[in-house]
Amino acid sequence: MMLRWSWIGDNVDELAIATVEHLQLTVLSVLLGLVIAVPLAVLIRRRRWLEGPISGFAGVLYTVPALAAFALLVPLLGVTSLWTPLLPLASYSLLILLRNTLTGLDSVPERLREAADGMGYRPVRRFLEVELPLALPAVVAGIRVATVTNVGLVTVTALLGRGGLGAFILDGIRRSIPFPTAIIVGTVGAILLAVALDLALLWVERAVAPWQRRGAA
Amino acid sequence: MSFWNRLLDWATTAETWTAPGDGLLALLLEHLRLSGAALLLAAAIALPPAIWLAHNRRGRVVATVVANAGRAIPSFGILVLVAVLAIEQGMSTKFWPLIIALVVLGVPPIFTNAYTGITSVRADVLEAARAQGRTERQVLREVELPLGLPLLIDGLRLAAVQIVATTALGAVVGATGGLGRPIVRGFASLRGGGDVELVGASLLVALLAIAVDRGANGLTRLLVPPGVRRLQSD
Repeated sequence: MMLRWSWIGDNVDELAIATVEHLQLTVLSVLLGLVIAVPLAVLIRRRRWLEGPISGFAGVLYTVPALAAFALLVPLLGVTSLWTPLLPLASYSLLILLRNTLTGLDSVPERLREAADGMGYRPVRRFLEVELPLALPAVVAGIRVATVTNVGLVTVTALLGRGGLGAFILDGIRRSIPFPTAIIVGTVGAILLAVALDLALLWVERAVAPWQRRGAA
Repeated sequence: MSFWNRLLDWATTAETWTAPGDGLLALLLEHLRLSGAALLLAAAIALPPAIWLAHNRRGRVVATVVANAGRAIPSFGILVLVAVLAIEQGMSTKFWPLIIALVVLGVPPIFTNAYTGITSVRADVLEAARAQGRTERQVLREVELPLGLPLLIDGLRLAAVQIVATTALGAVVGATGGLGRPIVRGFASLRGGGDVELVGASLLVALLAIAVDRGANGLTRLLVPPGVRRLQSD
């Protein structure tokens, strides 16, 4: 059997640390993407002509391969800077987050905005208490896709000398005799982490929109 | 000499582009060959079952599982794993291990988008086509495929962009990976002046991915019937 279980048992601590590192970079990158995407979506709602150029730019960022993006930032930021992996990962999540936030905000019926205005809500309060909650299911659905995708991409940051589960994968091939156990542990670990985060966010998606389930039932 | 001057020097040296086997042009060709072969194989594997299942309105669960699995499986891990298994079998890592990993990566977006494209054709349109006496084959060829084509091509575009990106990762596991080779070499020798090669080759890979993306858009304009395009823009 190519899987050495004893090695996994001996490396439980390292595996736990790597998983936490992996989780940190994933969460941080999606949060950064969200911090950029939501204001951009609000801006597009006010100035609709910006949708084409901004979506187009996000599309180009999405197209640039992660490996190339990491490499292009190395001379500017250094190989050890957290921003070198963080910026490409965040920009990678930007397209889907922007698209879903826009879809969510666009789906809020105009009469609800008018009702909020009629009740004397100021724009900021109307946005926070009426528009955003109604848009939230679509936003969280975008966060799910972005998170699962970025868990996979974070494995590549091992090439920058970062930890995370990708370090196990790289370790497995960089040894003088390749060691499949480490590669499988890193790969399966990333898949399990992606599935766990997806399920957790699915729960969040349901929790933030209880009225949807009531409607479905 | 500053980094940018060294980059300019490197980019304007003929050797950089034309060195046999290791020049950027040779590597670009290798990159295109690997990515192209993987894309064709992935399309050949994904399209027939996707179209058949979608036409018969079956396999919704399969489609969802394929889509989710495609996102959750880290391409880097699969790539390294297949390569190591090949090494253990005494096989070369130059072509097939990388191709297998790229196909695994390319199948889900092609399958999912083709499936969604066809299943999203409206039921009353299909009913009208059948009422006019079209056979099932004609319904598929003359109604479902043209209407589903924009999404189908979008799946090919997504797969192509991801395959071009991941081909570069192939350089991590051996003497393959086209333009990924100078990138991986560059990461290994950042202080020894490898940063120039790293950035230069990365720029080329990025441009290649963007060109593939734009090319797919051109393909949509070329292949999708004008009537269908008008329908979609409405």
